[in-house]
Amino acid sequence: MDKRLSARDAVAQIEDGMTVGIGGWGPRRKPMALVREILRSDVKDLTVVSYGGADVGLLCAAGKVKKLVFAFVSLDFIPLEPYFRQARQSGAIEVMEIDEGMMLLGLRAAAWGVPFIPTEVGLGTDVLTHNPDIKLIDSPYDDKEWVAMPALKLDVSLIHVDRADFRGVCQIAGPDHYLDDWFARAAKNTIVSCDELVDTSFFADPARAREVFWERSATSAVVEIPGGAHPSSCSPLYGFDVAHFKAYTASGKEGGIEGYLEKYLGADEAEYQRNVGGLEAIRALALPTY
Amino acid sequence: MSTVATDYTLAELCIVAAAEAFRHDGEVLATGIGVIPRLAASLAMKTFNPDLMMTDSESFMLSEPNPLGKRPADFQQANESWMGFSRIFDNVWSGKRHAMLGPTQIDRFGQTNTSALGGTYQQPKVMMLGARGFPGNSICHANSFFVPGHNTRIFMDGECDFVSSIGYNPARVPRGRALDDVDIRRVITNLCVMDFGGPDHQIRLLSLHPGVTVDEVQENTAYPVVVPASVPTTPAPTVEQLAIIAALDPHNQRAAQIADNPPGIRA
Repeated sequence: MDKRLSARDAVAQIEDGMTVGIGGWGPRRKPMALVREILRSDVKDLTVVSYGGADVGLLCAAGKVKKLVFAFVSLDFIPLEPYFRQARQSGAIEVMEIDEGMMLLGLRAAAWGVPFIPTEVGLGTDVLTHNPDIKLIDSPYDDKEWVAMPALKLDVSLIHVDRADFRGVCQIAGPDHYLDDWFARAAKNTIVSCDELVDTSFFADPARAREVFWERSATSAVVEIPGGAHPSSCSPLYGFDVAHFKAYTASGKEGGIEGYLEKYLGADEAEYQRNVGGLEAIRALALPTY
Repeated sequence: MSTVATDYTLAELCIVAAAEAFRHDGEVLATGIGVIPRLAASLAMKTFNPDLMMTDSESFMLSEPNPLGKRPADFQQANESWMGFSRIFDNVWSGKRHAMLGPTQIDRFGQTNTSALGGTYQQPKVMMLGARGFPGNSICHANSFFVPGHNTRIFMDGECDFVSSIGYNPARVPRGRALDDVDIRRVITNLCVMDFGGPDHQIRLLSLHPGVTVDEVQENTAYPVVVPASVPTTPAPTVEQLAIIAALDPHNQRAAQIADNPPGIRA
């Protein structure tokens, strides 16, 4: 099965009101080119589930988000995400604010087809106060109460990987695949962008096959977008773009999202990449030191 | 042999005081978020608790802590195992971890806030990070806090605007659990070291940094601090500890962590 699609055709599968999971973590390996394609589309009223960075900020600023399921939204080295803050501080979005690990459990529950997973995480905190839909349950095995973390069922997941073949075998060569395998498994439809489309024989090397974290049946569409994680990182291919994130954050204070999008977004990814200095410049971005 | 130092910064004093929080932990993952907590955990691992585990703050467990900041091109970190985020959660839920973090609010119950300040929940005045991993950390394993600027905005009146982490609040004890299940260890600030070991888990003074008074701590804490009959001075770093800290922090990031980088012994 050939799962290759253009970014536009892949994103056209997302309908108003859908729940969209976004892989990566903060400023790391975010499917930003796919997010930009959403910005260029008319789709709206999305529920977004993400370990959030600029993906969440941009979608909020562009008015695409009805509800956000999150534990944090941060650019790490710039702790506070400007457009997420604006969305929250203007009361523009509904939220389901949960613990990072609760999000993982919710994705696992969706992937496994169970309605919830019990956990003690969240007890005693305002994560429960502000989410009355998250129920507490009795255990059949002890006398304690437990949080029944509900399945976070996703209509679509967006994920960026280093390499993929035409059938959706995906390699993440960087040091961490984050929770991307669970985003892939929790979604009905997983759209993967890759920095490089490779021949299936690429994966014959067992070391590379071990960098595949979900089987291809969990991938629905493959979009080849070199540099497609920019301005987030796709280690080891490129680091995150510190200067671009600073400009993005500064736009939150002056110029606003309109100014930022006017300057960078472009009509397609080729134009975006020209606006940020080209693919060579993206690939030359230094890896971060932690 | 160890020689007590006479010339050290307040940041270095705090690193040494914070390292003490990890002394008796045994074999747990020590996670210090921020320069001073990370140096504290690293110092503990390099000296009195070599059983500690530590990550590279990205995705590998290390048998030896990494120095902070840019490292030489030929530097090879001492990887011990892969430790990506999904495995971090496995570790958190197992309880074999002690995290030291810097929340924006710490109330009298030891509850903390990392999420939002003021306004309403639907429309907060100041949105910060979100609950992050604090709910899970606080109920699953030991936690300590580092506060570089001890004041009544952080140690605030009333209850946190958003309770990110469970503390010793009797009104919030989950059914079937007890306040004693919560494990808040040390609170290290630019003024003193405290814990929640007072009667009914009230915050309690353990030591004062050189030149700091009990009154100064109480004035900068919006709720009562339990003061034992005798409060020692926070022990000074040793010359050996300072050398290890300097090697772990070759770019002197620690100098930028406390306002004006004051000396450890007040002038």
